[in-house]
Amino acid sequence: MAFELQGVGLTHGNGFRALQRISIRLGRGERAAVIGPSGAGKTSLIRLLGVATRPSEGRLNILGRNPWQLPAGELRRLRARIGTIHQAPPIPPRLRVITAILAGRLGQWPAWKALLSLLYPVDIAGAQATLARFDLADRLFDRCDRLSGGQLQRIGIARVFYQEPDLILADEPVSALDPALADAALGELVAESERRGASLFASLHAVDLALKWFPRIVGLRAGEVAFDLPTAEVSNGLLHELYAAEGSVLPTQASAPAALRHGGATAEAMAESGDGTLAANVVRLDTCRGR
Amino acid sequence: MNTDTDARPYAARDPDTRARLGWTLLALVLLWPLLLLAEFRPWALFEANNLQVMGAFLAGFLPPATSTEFLGLLLKATLETLAIATAGIALALLIAIPLAILCTRALAVSLIGPGPGRLGGSALRAAGRALLTFLRAIPEIVWALMLVRVFGLGPAAGVLALAVTYGGMLGKVYTEIFESTDTRPTRSLLAAGAGRFAALTYGLLPNAAQELTSYTVYRWECAVRASVIMGFVGAGGLGQLMDQSMKMLNGGEAATILLVFLLLVVLADALSATLRRALA
Ligand SMILES: Nc1ncnc2c1ncn2[C@@H]1O[C@H](COP(=O)(O)OP(=O)(O)OP(=O)(O)O)[C@@H](O)[C@H]1O
Ligand SMILES: [Mg+2]
Repeated sequence: MAFELQGVGLTHGNGFRALQRISIRLGRGERAAVIGPSGAGKTSLIRLLGVATRPSEGRLNILGRNPWQLPAGELRRLRARIGTIHQAPPIPPRLRVITAILAGRLGQWPAWKALLSLLYPVDIAGAQATLARFDLADRLFDRCDRLSGGQLQRIGIARVFYQEPDLILADEPVSALDPALADAALGELVAESERRGASLFASLHAVDLALKWFPRIVGLRAGEVAFDLPTAEVSNGLLHELYAAEGSVLPTQASAPAALRHGGATAEAMAESGDGTLAANVVRLDTCRGR
Repeated sequence: MNTDTDARPYAARDPDTRARLGWTLLALVLLWPLLLLAEFRPWALFEANNLQVMGAFLAGFLPPATSTEFLGLLLKATLETLAIATAGIALALLIAIPLAILCTRALAVSLIGPGPGRLGGSALRAAGRALLTFLRAIPEIVWALMLVRVFGLGPAAGVLALAVTYGGMLGKVYTEIFESTDTRPTRSLLAAGAGRFAALTYGLLPNAAQELTSYTVYRWECAVRASVIMGFVGAGGLGQLMDQSMKMLNGGEAATILLVFLLLVVLADALSATLRRALA
Protein backbone atom coordinates (compact mmCIF):
# COMPACT_ATOMS: atom_id res chain seq x y z
CA MET A 1 0.00 0.00 0.00
CA ALA A 2 1.28 3.44 -0.89
CA PHE A 3 -0.85 5.38 1.56
CA GLU A 4 -4.04 5.20 3.51
CA LEU A 5 -5.97 8.09 5.05
CA GLN A 6 -8.80 7.48 7.47
CA GLY A 7 -11.01 10.36 8.52
CA VAL A 8 -8.18 12.83 8.09
CA GLY A 9 -8.79 16.54 8.65
CA LEU A 10 -6.55 19.58 8.47
CA THR A 11 -7.20 22.89 10.19
CA HIS A 12 -4.84 25.75 9.37
CA GLY A 13 -3.36 28.05 11.97
CA ASN A 14 -6.02 30.70 11.33
CA GLY A 15 -8.78 28.18 12.10
CA PHE A 16 -9.63 27.50 8.45
CA ARG A 17 -10.65 23.91 7.85
CA ALA A 18 -8.90 23.02 4.60
CA LEU A 19 -9.66 19.28 4.71
CA GLN A 20 -12.13 17.13 6.58
CA ARG A 21 -13.22 13.49 6.70
CA ILE A 22 -10.76 12.42 4.01
CA SER A 23 -10.48 8.68 3.57
CA ILE A 24 -8.44 7.54 0.59
CA ARG A 25 -6.34 4.46 0.02
CA LEU A 26 -3.82 4.06 -2.79
CA GLY A 27 -2.31 0.67 -3.52
CA ARG A 28 1.37 0.14 -4.32
CA GLY A 29 2.03 0.99 -7.95
CA GLU A 30 -1.46 2.46 -8.31
CA ARG A 31 -2.15 5.77 -10.06
CA ALA A 32 -4.86 8.25 -9.17
CA ALA A 33 -5.56 11.89 -9.94
CA VAL A 34 -7.25 14.37 -7.65
CA ILE A 35 -9.27 17.14 -9.25
CA GLY A 36 -11.37 19.93 -7.84
CA PRO A 37 -11.94 23.67 -8.00
CA SER A 38 -9.34 26.18 -6.83
CA GLY A 39 -9.15 26.22 -3.04
CA ALA A 40 -10.64 22.74 -2.73
CA GLY A 41 -7.63 21.54 -0.75
CA LYS A 42 -5.57 19.71 -3.38
CA THR A 43 -2.28 21.24 -2.30
CA SER A 44 -3.15 20.73 1.36
CA LEU A 45 -3.81 17.05 0.66
CA ILE A 46 -0.55 16.62 -1.23
CA ARG A 47 1.34 18.28 1.64
CA LEU A 48 -0.24 15.90 4.12
CA LEU A 49 0.79 12.92 2.01
CA GLY A 50 4.29 14.33 1.54
CA VAL A 51 4.74 14.46 5.33
CA ALA A 52 5.16 18.22 5.14
CA THR A 53 2.08 19.01 7.27
CA ARG A 54 0.70 17.15 10.23
CA PRO A 55 -3.03 16.33 10.08
CA SER A 56 -5.21 17.81 12.80
CA GLU A 57 -7.16 14.58 13.13
CA GLY A 58 -7.55 11.15 11.61
CA ARG A 59 -5.20 8.31 10.84
CA LEU A 60 -2.45 8.53 8.28
CA ASN A 61 -0.28 5.75 6.94
CA ILE A 62 2.37 6.43 4.31
CA LEU A 63 4.35 3.55 2.74
CA GLY A 64 3.38 1.34 5.63
CA ARG A 65 4.48 3.74 8.38
CA ASN A 66 2.72 6.23 10.60
CA PRO A 67 5.05 9.16 9.86
CA TRP A 68 4.28 11.34 12.87
CA GLN A 69 5.10 8.60 15.31
CA LEU A 70 8.53 7.84 13.85
CA PRO A 71 11.77 8.97 15.45
CA ALA A 72 13.67 11.65 13.53
CA GLY A 73 16.06 9.30 11.71
CA GLU A 74 13.35 6.98 10.41
CA LEU A 75 11.12 9.88 9.46
CA ARG A 76 13.95 11.21 7.36
CA ARG A 77 14.40 7.87 5.60
CA LEU A 78 10.66 7.73 4.95
CA ARG A 79 10.67 11.23 3.50
CA ALA A 80 13.51 10.30 1.17
CA ARG A 81 11.17 7.67 -0.35
CA ILE A 82 8.49 10.24 -1.18
CA GLY A 83 9.00 12.58 -4.12
CA THR A 84 6.88 15.70 -4.32
CA ILE A 85 6.53 17.76 -7.48
CA HIS A 86 5.42 21.17 -6.23
CA GLN A 87 2.88 23.50 -7.80
CA ALA A 88 5.65 26.13 -8.13
CA PRO A 89 9.07 24.46 -8.41
CA PRO A 90 10.97 25.39 -5.21
CA ILE A 91 14.32 25.82 -6.94
CA PRO A 92 16.61 28.76 -6.10
CA PRO A 93 17.00 30.79 -9.31
CA ARG A 94 20.79 30.89 -9.05
CA LEU A 95 21.13 27.12 -8.96
CA ARG A 96 22.35 25.40 -12.10
CA VAL A 97 20.03 22.86 -13.71
CA ILE A 98 22.38 20.00 -12.95
CA THR A 99 22.55 20.91 -9.26
CA ALA A 100 18.78 21.27 -9.12
CA ILE A 101 18.35 17.77 -10.49
CA LEU A 102 21.05 16.10 -8.41
CA ALA A 103 19.37 17.65 -5.34
CA GLY A 104 16.76 14.93 -5.80
CA ARG A 105 19.09 12.42 -4.17
CA LEU A 106 20.06 14.56 -1.16
CA GLY A 107 17.87 12.38 1.02
CA GLN A 108 19.99 9.37 0.12
CA TRP A 109 23.44 10.86 -0.12
CA PRO A 110 25.69 11.37 2.90
CA ALA A 111 26.61 14.98 3.62
CA TRP A 112 30.13 14.67 2.20
CA LYS A 113 28.80 13.48 -1.14
CA ALA A 114 26.30 16.36 -1.29
CA LEU A 115 29.09 18.88 -0.61
CA LEU A 116 31.48 17.20 -3.04
CA SER A 117 28.83 17.37 -5.74
CA LEU A 118 28.77 21.14 -5.42
CA LEU A 119 32.47 21.24 -6.34
CA TYR A 120 32.10 18.78 -9.19
CA PRO A 121 28.75 17.16 -10.07
CA VAL A 122 29.01 13.49 -9.09
CA ASP A 123 26.51 12.11 -11.61
CA ILE A 124 26.48 14.15 -14.80
CA ALA A 125 25.39 11.18 -16.90
CA GLY A 126 22.44 10.37 -14.66
CA ALA A 127 21.19 13.93 -14.61
CA GLN A 128 21.58 14.20 -18.36
CA ALA A 129 19.65 11.00 -18.99
CA THR A 130 16.80 12.23 -16.81
CA LEU A 131 16.76 15.60 -18.50
CA ALA A 132 16.76 14.04 -21.96
CA ARG A 133 13.30 12.65 -21.25
CA PHE A 134 12.03 16.22 -21.18
CA ASP A 135 13.96 17.42 -24.23
CA LEU A 136 16.11 19.65 -22.05
CA ALA A 137 19.44 17.79 -22.11
CA ASP A 138 21.18 20.78 -23.70
CA ARG A 139 20.31 23.01 -20.73
CA LEU A 140 22.20 20.86 -18.20
CA PHE A 141 24.71 23.54 -17.19
CA ASP A 142 22.44 26.54 -17.54
CA ARG A 143 21.25 28.47 -14.54
CA CYS A 144 17.64 27.96 -13.56
CA ASP A 145 16.84 31.67 -13.84
CA ARG A 146 17.62 31.45 -17.56
CA LEU A 147 14.79 28.96 -18.07
CA SER A 148 11.19 29.64 -18.94
CA GLY A 149 8.44 28.85 -16.46
CA GLY A 150 7.50 25.70 -18.32
CA GLN A 151 11.09 24.55 -18.56
CA LEU A 152 11.58 25.12 -14.85
CA GLN A 153 8.48 23.10 -14.10
CA ARG A 154 9.92 20.22 -16.09
CA ILE A 155 13.17 20.52 -14.12
CA GLY A 156 11.05 20.09 -10.99
CA ILE A 157 9.64 16.86 -12.42
CA ALA A 158 13.08 15.68 -13.50
CA ARG A 159 14.41 16.20 -9.96
CA VAL A 160 11.77 13.83 -8.60
CA PHE A 161 12.51 11.29 -11.34
CA TYR A 162 16.16 11.42 -10.35
CA GLN A 163 15.16 10.87 -6.72
CA GLU A 164 13.49 7.56 -7.72
CA PRO A 165 10.92 7.63 -4.91
CA ASP A 166 8.45 4.84 -4.13
CA LEU A 167 5.59 7.33 -3.95
CA ILE A 168 5.38 10.20 -6.44
CA LEU A 169 3.15 13.10 -5.41
CA ALA A 170 2.52 15.74 -8.02
CA ASP A 171 0.76 19.02 -7.35
CA GLU A 172 -0.45 20.39 -10.67
CA PRO A 173 2.78 19.24 -12.32
CA VAL A 174 1.94 20.55 -15.79
CA SER A 175 0.13 23.80 -14.97
CA ALA A 176 2.74 25.93 -16.77
CA LEU A 177 3.03 23.77 -19.89
CA ASP A 178 1.26 24.16 -23.20
CA PRO A 179 -1.24 21.42 -24.12
CA ALA A 180 1.17 19.31 -26.19
CA LEU A 181 3.97 19.49 -23.60
CA ALA A 182 1.57 18.92 -20.72
CA ASP A 183 0.37 15.77 -22.38
CA ALA A 184 3.91 14.56 -23.02
CA ALA A 185 5.04 15.35 -19.48
CA LEU A 186 2.12 13.49 -17.94
CA GLY A 187 2.89 10.59 -20.26
CA GLU A 188 6.47 10.55 -18.90
CA LEU A 189 5.15 10.69 -15.35
CA VAL A 190 2.90 7.70 -15.94
CA ALA A 191 5.64 5.82 -17.77
CA GLU A 192 8.07 6.44 -14.91
CA SER A 193 5.55 5.15 -12.41
CA GLU A 194 4.97 2.06 -14.54
CA ARG A 195 8.65 1.42 -15.13
CA ARG A 196 9.62 1.45 -11.46
CA GLY A 197 6.32 0.32 -9.96
CA ALA A 198 6.08 3.60 -8.07
CA SER A 199 2.69 4.83 -6.93
CA LEU A 200 1.54 8.11 -8.43
CA PHE A 201 -0.91 10.58 -6.92
CA ALA A 202 -1.32 13.80 -8.87
CA SER A 203 -3.55 16.83 -8.56
CA LEU A 204 -4.55 18.34 -11.87
CA HIS A 205 -6.61 21.31 -12.83
CA ALA A 206 -7.20 20.02 -16.35
CA VAL A 207 -10.04 17.53 -16.18
CA ASP A 208 -9.39 16.10 -19.64
CA LEU A 209 -5.78 15.24 -18.74
CA ALA A 210 -6.86 13.53 -15.55
CA LEU A 211 -9.41 11.45 -17.42
CA LYS A 212 -6.96 10.58 -20.15
CA TRP A 213 -3.99 9.47 -18.06
CA PHE A 214 -5.36 8.13 -14.80
CA PRO A 215 -7.43 5.02 -14.14
CA ARG A 216 -8.90 6.51 -10.97
CA ILE A 217 -10.18 9.99 -10.14
CA VAL A 218 -10.71 11.56 -6.75
CA GLY A 219 -12.97 14.62 -6.79
CA LEU A 220 -12.27 17.10 -4.02
CA ARG A 221 -14.61 19.94 -3.17
CA ALA A 222 -14.45 22.32 -0.19
CA GLY A 223 -12.02 20.05 1.61
CA GLU A 224 -14.09 16.88 1.26
CA VAL A 225 -13.97 13.92 -1.08
CA ALA A 226 -16.92 14.37 -3.45
CA PHE A 227 -16.27 11.13 -5.32
CA ASP A 228 -13.54 8.53 -5.67
CA LEU A 229 -14.19 6.39 -8.72
CA PRO A 230 -12.58 4.47 -11.57
CA THR A 231 -12.33 6.85 -14.52
CA ALA A 232 -14.91 4.97 -16.55
CA GLU A 233 -17.53 5.67 -13.89
CA VAL A 234 -16.89 9.39 -13.65
CA SER A 235 -19.94 10.89 -15.30
CA ASN A 236 -20.24 14.32 -16.80
CA GLY A 237 -22.85 15.15 -14.19
CA LEU A 238 -20.40 14.45 -11.36
CA LEU A 239 -17.81 16.70 -12.95
CA HIS A 240 -20.27 19.54 -13.37
CA GLU A 241 -21.35 19.24 -9.80
CA LEU A 242 -17.71 19.29 -8.70
CA TYR A 243 -16.97 22.51 -10.56
CA ALA A 244 -20.40 24.09 -10.01
CA ALA A 245 -18.83 26.97 -8.07
CA GLU A 246 -16.62 27.90 -11.01
CA GLY A 247 -19.50 28.30 -13.44
CA SER A 248 -20.83 26.13 -16.21
CA VAL A 249 -17.49 25.27 -17.82
CA LEU A 250 -15.07 22.49 -17.01
CA PRO A 251 -11.40 23.48 -16.77
CA THR A 252 -9.38 21.69 -19.40
CA GLN A 253 -5.70 21.69 -20.27
CA ALA A 254 -5.96 24.42 -22.90
CA SER A 255 -6.29 27.85 -21.37
CA ALA A 256 -9.67 28.51 -22.99
CA PRO A 257 -12.12 26.31 -21.15
CA ALA A 258 -14.46 24.13 -23.14
CA ALA A 259 -17.90 25.64 -23.60
CA LEU A 260 -19.98 23.30 -21.54
CA ARG A 261 -23.31 23.58 -23.22
CA HIS A 262 -21.80 22.69 -26.55
CA GLY A 263 -19.09 20.24 -25.49
CA GLY A 264 -21.12 18.73 -22.70
CA ALA A 265 -23.89 17.87 -25.07
CA THR A 266 -21.43 16.20 -27.41
CA ALA A 267 -19.88 14.27 -24.56
CA GLU A 268 -23.24 13.19 -23.24
CA ALA A 269 -24.39 12.11 -26.66
CA MET A 270 -21.32 9.92 -26.94
CA ALA A 271 -21.76 8.55 -23.47
CA GLU A 272 -25.31 7.65 -24.38
CA SER A 273 -24.19 5.93 -27.53
CA GLY A 274 -22.08 3.89 -25.14
CA ASP A 275 -18.89 3.92 -27.17
CA GLY A 276 -16.20 3.68 -24.52
CA THR A 277 -15.14 5.80 -21.60
CA LEU A 278 -15.67 9.42 -20.88
CA ALA A 279 -11.94 9.92 -21.32
CA ALA A 280 -12.34 9.33 -25.02
CA ASN A 281 -15.31 11.69 -25.02
CA VAL A 282 -13.49 14.51 -23.41
CA VAL A 283 -10.56 14.19 -25.73
CA ARG A 284 -12.96 14.42 -28.62
CA LEU A 285 -14.69 17.27 -26.88
CA ASP A 286 -11.36 18.99 -27.05
CA THR A 287 -10.95 18.46 -30.77
CA CYS A 288 -14.53 19.62 -31.39
CA ARG A 289 -13.72 22.91 -29.79
CA GLY A 290 -11.22 23.80 -32.50
CA ARG A 291 -13.92 24.24 -35.15
CA MET B 1 -15.64 32.39 -10.48
CA ASN B 2 -17.94 34.97 -8.98
CA THR B 3 -19.65 37.33 -11.35
CA ASP B 4 -20.92 40.04 -9.04
CA THR B 5 -21.23 42.88 -11.51
CA ASP B 6 -23.89 44.60 -9.41
CA ALA B 7 -23.11 47.52 -7.09
CA ARG B 8 -20.65 46.75 -4.31
CA PRO B 9 -22.58 45.47 -1.30
CA TYR B 10 -20.45 47.47 1.16
CA ALA B 11 -17.48 49.77 1.02
CA ALA B 12 -14.45 47.65 1.87
CA ARG B 13 -12.25 48.98 4.67
CA ASP B 14 -8.67 47.96 5.26
CA PRO B 15 -8.88 46.00 8.54
CA ASP B 16 -5.27 46.90 9.39
CA THR B 17 -5.80 50.68 9.52
CA ARG B 18 -6.53 50.94 13.23
CA ALA B 19 -3.51 48.86 14.23
CA ARG B 20 -1.20 50.89 11.99
CA LEU B 21 -2.47 54.18 13.40
CA GLY B 22 -2.08 52.88 16.94
CA TRP B 23 1.51 51.76 16.42
CA THR B 24 2.44 55.08 14.81
CA LEU B 25 1.04 57.05 17.76
CA LEU B 26 2.75 54.76 20.24
CA ALA B 27 6.09 55.25 18.46
CA LEU B 28 5.72 59.05 18.64
CA VAL B 29 4.72 58.98 22.31
CA LEU B 30 7.76 56.85 23.13
CA LEU B 31 10.16 58.85 20.97
CA TRP B 32 9.46 62.23 22.55
CA PRO B 33 10.77 61.55 26.10
CA LEU B 34 13.74 59.72 24.59
CA LEU B 35 14.69 62.82 22.59
CA LEU B 36 14.38 64.94 25.73
CA LEU B 37 16.49 62.45 27.66
CA ALA B 38 19.20 62.51 25.00
CA GLU B 39 19.28 66.34 25.13
CA PHE B 40 18.46 66.49 21.46
CA ARG B 41 19.01 70.15 20.56
CA PRO B 42 20.22 70.27 16.97
CA TRP B 43 19.93 74.08 16.79
CA ALA B 44 22.95 74.34 19.15
CA LEU B 45 25.05 73.33 16.14
CA PHE B 46 24.34 76.59 14.43
CA GLU B 47 24.97 79.08 17.21
CA ALA B 48 27.71 81.52 16.20
CA ASN B 49 30.36 80.81 18.83
CA ASN B 50 29.83 77.04 18.52
CA LEU B 51 30.51 77.27 14.80
CA GLN B 52 33.69 79.19 15.57
CA VAL B 53 34.92 76.57 18.05
CA MET B 54 34.28 73.76 15.60
CA GLY B 55 35.98 75.68 12.83
CA ALA B 56 39.12 76.17 14.95
CA PHE B 57 39.13 72.46 15.87
CA LEU B 58 38.87 71.42 12.23
CA ALA B 59 41.50 73.96 11.13
CA GLY B 60 43.97 72.15 13.39
CA PHE B 61 43.69 69.15 11.06
CA LEU B 62 45.08 71.07 8.09
CA PRO B 63 47.21 70.49 6.21
CA PRO B 64 47.41 66.65 6.43
CA ALA B 65 50.86 65.36 7.38
CA THR B 66 52.83 64.03 4.42
CA SER B 67 56.38 63.56 5.72
CA THR B 68 58.04 60.40 4.37
CA GLU B 69 58.85 59.18 7.84
CA PHE B 70 55.23 59.48 8.95
CA LEU B 71 53.96 57.89 5.77
CA GLY B 72 56.23 54.91 6.39
CA LEU B 73 54.82 54.52 9.90
CA LEU B 74 51.35 54.93 8.48
CA LEU B 75 51.84 52.17 5.91
CA LYS B 76 53.06 49.75 8.57
CA ALA B 77 50.17 50.66 10.88
CA THR B 78 47.65 50.23 8.05
CA LEU B 79 48.93 46.75 7.27
CA GLU B 80 48.76 45.86 10.96
CA THR B 81 45.20 47.11 11.19
CA LEU B 82 44.18 45.13 8.13
CA ALA B 83 45.79 42.03 9.61
CA ILE B 84 44.02 42.49 12.96
CA ALA B 85 40.64 43.11 11.36
CA THR B 86 40.97 40.20 8.94
CA ALA B 87 42.19 37.75 11.58
CA GLY B 88 39.43 38.91 13.94
CA ILE B 89 36.72 38.41 11.31
CA ALA B 90 38.12 35.02 10.31
CA LEU B 91 37.95 33.83 13.92
CA ALA B 92 34.52 35.42 14.30
CA LEU B 93 33.32 33.34 11.35
CA LEU B 94 34.41 30.20 13.18
CA ILE B 95 32.02 31.18 15.98
CA ALA B 96 29.25 32.63 13.84
CA ILE B 97 28.75 30.01 11.12
CA PRO B 98 28.17 26.94 13.33
CA LEU B 99 25.99 28.92 15.73
CA ALA B 100 23.91 30.41 12.90
CA ILE B 101 23.35 26.96 11.39
CA LEU B 102 22.34 25.71 14.82
CA CYS B 103 20.06 28.63 15.64
CA THR B 104 18.22 29.32 12.43
CA ARG B 105 14.63 28.14 12.17
CA ALA B 106 15.03 27.87 8.41
CA LEU B 107 17.07 24.67 8.77
CA ALA B 108 15.07 23.12 11.61
CA VAL B 109 13.55 19.93 10.26
CA SER B 110 11.62 19.41 13.49
CA LEU B 111 9.56 22.52 12.71
CA ILE B 112 8.08 20.82 9.66
CA GLY B 113 4.82 19.35 10.91
CA PRO B 114 6.03 19.97 13.68
CA GLY B 115 7.80 16.64 13.95
CA PRO B 116 9.89 14.71 16.44
CA GLY B 117 12.58 16.50 18.42
CA ARG B 118 10.92 19.91 18.35
CA LEU B 119 11.33 20.47 22.09
CA GLY B 120 15.01 19.57 22.04
CA GLY B 121 15.40 21.61 18.86
CA SER B 122 13.85 24.75 20.25
CA ALA B 123 15.84 24.40 23.49
CA LEU B 124 19.07 24.16 21.48
CA ARG B 125 18.12 27.15 19.37
CA ALA B 126 17.31 29.19 22.47
CA ALA B 127 20.63 28.24 24.05
CA GLY B 128 22.51 29.16 20.89
CA ARG B 129 20.74 32.50 20.68
CA ALA B 130 21.48 33.21 24.34
CA LEU B 131 25.17 32.52 23.70
CA LEU B 132 25.17 34.85 20.68
CA THR B 133 23.48 37.54 22.74
CA PHE B 134 26.03 37.20 25.52
CA LEU B 135 28.97 37.36 23.10
CA ARG B 136 27.84 40.58 21.46
CA ALA B 137 26.27 42.28 24.47
CA ILE B 138 29.65 42.99 26.04
CA PRO B 139 31.51 45.73 24.12
CA GLU B 140 34.75 44.68 22.46
CA ILE B 141 36.75 47.11 24.58
CA VAL B 142 35.70 45.23 27.74
CA TRP B 143 36.67 41.89 26.19
CA ALA B 144 39.96 43.47 25.15
CA LEU B 145 40.73 44.81 28.64
CA MET B 146 39.94 41.41 30.10
CA LEU B 147 41.89 39.43 27.52
CA VAL B 148 44.91 41.70 27.78
CA ARG B 149 45.37 40.35 31.30
CA VAL B 150 45.70 36.87 29.82
CA PHE B 151 47.70 37.54 26.66
CA GLY B 152 49.54 40.69 27.68
CA LEU B 153 49.83 43.85 25.62
CA GLY B 154 49.75 43.18 21.88
CA PRO B 155 47.50 42.30 18.98
CA ALA B 156 46.41 38.88 20.32
CA ALA B 157 44.01 40.37 22.88
CA GLY B 158 42.59 42.73 20.26
CA VAL B 159 42.07 40.02 17.68
CA LEU B 160 40.31 37.78 20.18
CA ALA B 161 38.13 40.59 21.48
CA LEU B 162 37.04 41.33 17.91
CA ALA B 163 36.44 37.64 17.25
CA VAL B 164 34.17 37.25 20.27
CA THR B 165 31.92 40.29 19.76
CA TYR B 166 31.85 40.08 16.00
CA GLY B 167 31.18 36.35 16.21
CA GLY B 168 28.07 37.20 18.23
CA MET B 169 26.94 39.89 15.79
CA LEU B 170 27.60 37.89 12.62
CA GLY B 171 25.94 34.80 14.11
CA LYS B 172 22.79 36.70 15.00
CA VAL B 173 22.48 38.41 11.63
CA TYR B 174 23.31 35.24 9.64
CA THR B 175 20.58 33.44 11.57
CA GLU B 176 18.09 36.09 10.57
CA ILE B 177 19.26 36.37 6.96
CA PHE B 178 18.71 32.60 6.62
CA GLU B 179 15.17 33.06 7.90
CA SER B 180 14.29 36.05 5.76
CA THR B 181 15.31 34.64 2.38
CA ASP B 182 12.92 32.38 0.49
CA THR B 183 12.78 29.25 2.65
CA ARG B 184 10.61 27.18 0.33
CA PRO B 185 13.57 25.49 -1.39
CA THR B 186 15.07 24.54 1.96
CA ARG B 187 11.75 23.29 3.32
CA SER B 188 11.12 21.16 0.28
CA LEU B 189 14.61 19.64 0.51
CA LEU B 190 14.18 18.91 4.23
CA ALA B 191 10.75 17.45 3.51
CA ALA B 192 12.41 15.14 0.97
CA GLY B 193 14.80 13.80 3.58
CA ALA B 194 17.83 16.02 2.96
CA GLY B 195 20.15 16.76 5.87
CA ARG B 196 20.89 20.14 7.40
CA PHE B 197 24.11 20.82 5.46
CA ALA B 198 22.64 19.66 2.19
CA ALA B 199 19.58 21.85 2.68
CA LEU B 200 21.83 24.77 3.58
CA THR B 201 24.10 24.46 0.57
CA TYR B 202 21.50 23.51 -2.05
CA GLY B 203 18.53 25.49 -0.82
CA LEU B 204 19.58 28.43 1.30
CA LEU B 205 23.04 29.65 0.27
CA PRO B 206 22.20 30.16 -3.43
CA ASN B 207 19.63 32.74 -2.34
CA ALA B 208 21.37 34.17 0.70
CA ALA B 209 25.01 34.28 -0.42
CA GLN B 210 24.91 37.86 -1.66
CA GLU B 211 23.39 39.26 1.48
CA LEU B 212 25.69 37.23 3.71
CA THR B 213 28.69 38.54 1.79
CA SER B 214 27.71 42.15 1.95
CA TYR B 215 27.04 41.95 5.67
CA THR B 216 30.34 40.17 6.29
CA VAL B 217 32.34 42.72 4.32
CA TYR B 218 30.51 45.52 6.13
CA ARG B 219 31.49 43.94 9.44
CA TRP B 220 35.09 43.69 8.27
CA GLU B 221 34.93 47.41 7.55
CA CYS B 222 33.59 47.99 11.07
CA ALA B 223 36.42 45.87 12.43
CA VAL B 224 38.93 48.13 10.69
CA ARG B 225 37.38 51.14 12.45
CA ALA B 226 37.06 49.27 15.72
CA SER B 227 40.80 48.67 15.65
CA VAL B 228 41.09 52.26 16.91
CA ILE B 229 40.22 50.90 20.32
CA MET B 230 43.02 48.38 19.94
CA GLY B 231 45.32 51.31 20.60
CA PHE B 232 44.28 51.08 24.23
CA VAL B 233 45.61 47.55 24.55
CA GLY B 234 48.78 48.29 22.60
CA ALA B 235 47.75 46.21 19.64
CA GLY B 236 49.47 48.60 17.26
CA GLY B 237 47.92 49.54 13.99
CA LEU B 238 46.18 52.75 13.03
CA GLY B 239 44.51 52.96 16.44
CA GLN B 240 47.77 53.32 18.28
CA LEU B 241 49.13 55.77 15.75
CA MET B 242 45.95 57.83 16.06
CA ASP B 243 46.21 57.75 19.83
CA GLN B 244 49.77 59.09 19.69
CA SER B 245 48.96 61.83 17.19
CA MET B 246 45.98 63.00 19.21
CA LYS B 247 47.98 63.06 22.42
CA MET B 248 50.66 65.16 20.76
CA LEU B 249 47.90 67.42 19.38
CA ASN B 250 49.22 66.73 15.88
CA GLY B 251 46.09 67.42 13.84
CA GLY B 252 47.84 66.99 10.49
CA GLU B 253 48.78 63.41 11.27
CA ALA B 254 45.29 62.67 12.55
CA ALA B 255 43.89 64.05 9.28
CA THR B 256 46.10 61.75 7.21
CA ILE B 257 45.02 58.78 9.32
CA LEU B 258 41.37 59.70 8.81
CA LEU B 259 42.02 59.84 5.06
CA VAL B 260 43.39 56.31 5.26
CA PHE B 261 40.21 55.20 7.04
CA LEU B 262 38.20 56.78 4.26
CA LEU B 263 40.28 54.93 1.70
CA LEU B 264 39.78 51.61 3.50
CA VAL B 265 36.01 52.11 3.61
CA VAL B 266 36.00 52.84 -0.11
CA LEU B 267 38.08 49.69 -0.60
CA ALA B 268 35.62 47.61 1.43
CA ASP B 269 32.79 48.99 -0.65
CA ALA B 270 34.52 48.01 -3.88
CA LEU B 271 35.28 44.56 -2.49
CA SER B 272 31.67 44.09 -1.48
CA ALA B 273 30.40 45.19 -4.88
CA THR B 274 32.82 42.85 -6.67
CA LEU B 275 31.87 39.86 -4.55
CA ARG B 276 28.17 40.56 -4.92
CA ARG B 277 28.58 40.76 -8.67
CA ALA B 278 30.46 37.48 -8.68
CA LEU B 279 27.69 35.82 -6.67
CA ALA B 280 24.79 37.36 -8.59
N1 LIG C 1 -1.31 28.36 5.44
C1 LIG C 1 -2.65 28.53 5.30
N2 LIG C 1 -3.35 29.17 6.24
C2 LIG C 1 -4.68 29.33 6.12
N3 LIG C 1 -5.41 28.88 5.10
C3 LIG C 1 -4.77 28.21 4.11
C4 LIG C 1 -3.35 28.01 4.17
N4 LIG C 1 -2.99 27.32 3.07
C5 LIG C 1 -4.12 27.12 2.38
N5 LIG C 1 -5.20 27.65 2.98
C6 LIG C 1 -6.60 27.60 2.53
O1 LIG C 1 -6.96 26.25 2.42
C7 LIG C 1 -7.77 26.05 1.29
C8 LIG C 1 -7.20 24.96 0.42
O2 LIG C 1 -5.99 25.42 -0.11
P1 LIG C 1 -5.15 24.57 -1.15
O3 LIG C 1 -3.90 25.29 -1.43
O4 LIG C 1 -5.04 23.17 -0.66
O5 LIG C 1 -6.12 24.62 -2.42
P2 LIG C 1 -5.90 23.98 -3.86
O6 LIG C 1 -7.00 22.99 -4.07
O7 LIG C 1 -4.53 23.47 -4.02
O8 LIG C 1 -6.17 25.22 -4.80
P3 LIG C 1 -5.46 25.62 -6.21
O9 LIG C 1 -6.09 24.78 -7.26
O10 LIG C 1 -5.84 27.05 -6.37
O11 LIG C 1 -4.00 25.40 -6.06
C9 LIG C 1 -7.86 27.41 0.57
O12 LIG C 1 -9.09 27.98 0.86
C10 LIG C 1 -6.76 28.22 1.17
O13 LIG C 1 -7.13 29.57 1.26
MG1 LIG D 1 -2.86 24.08 -5.12
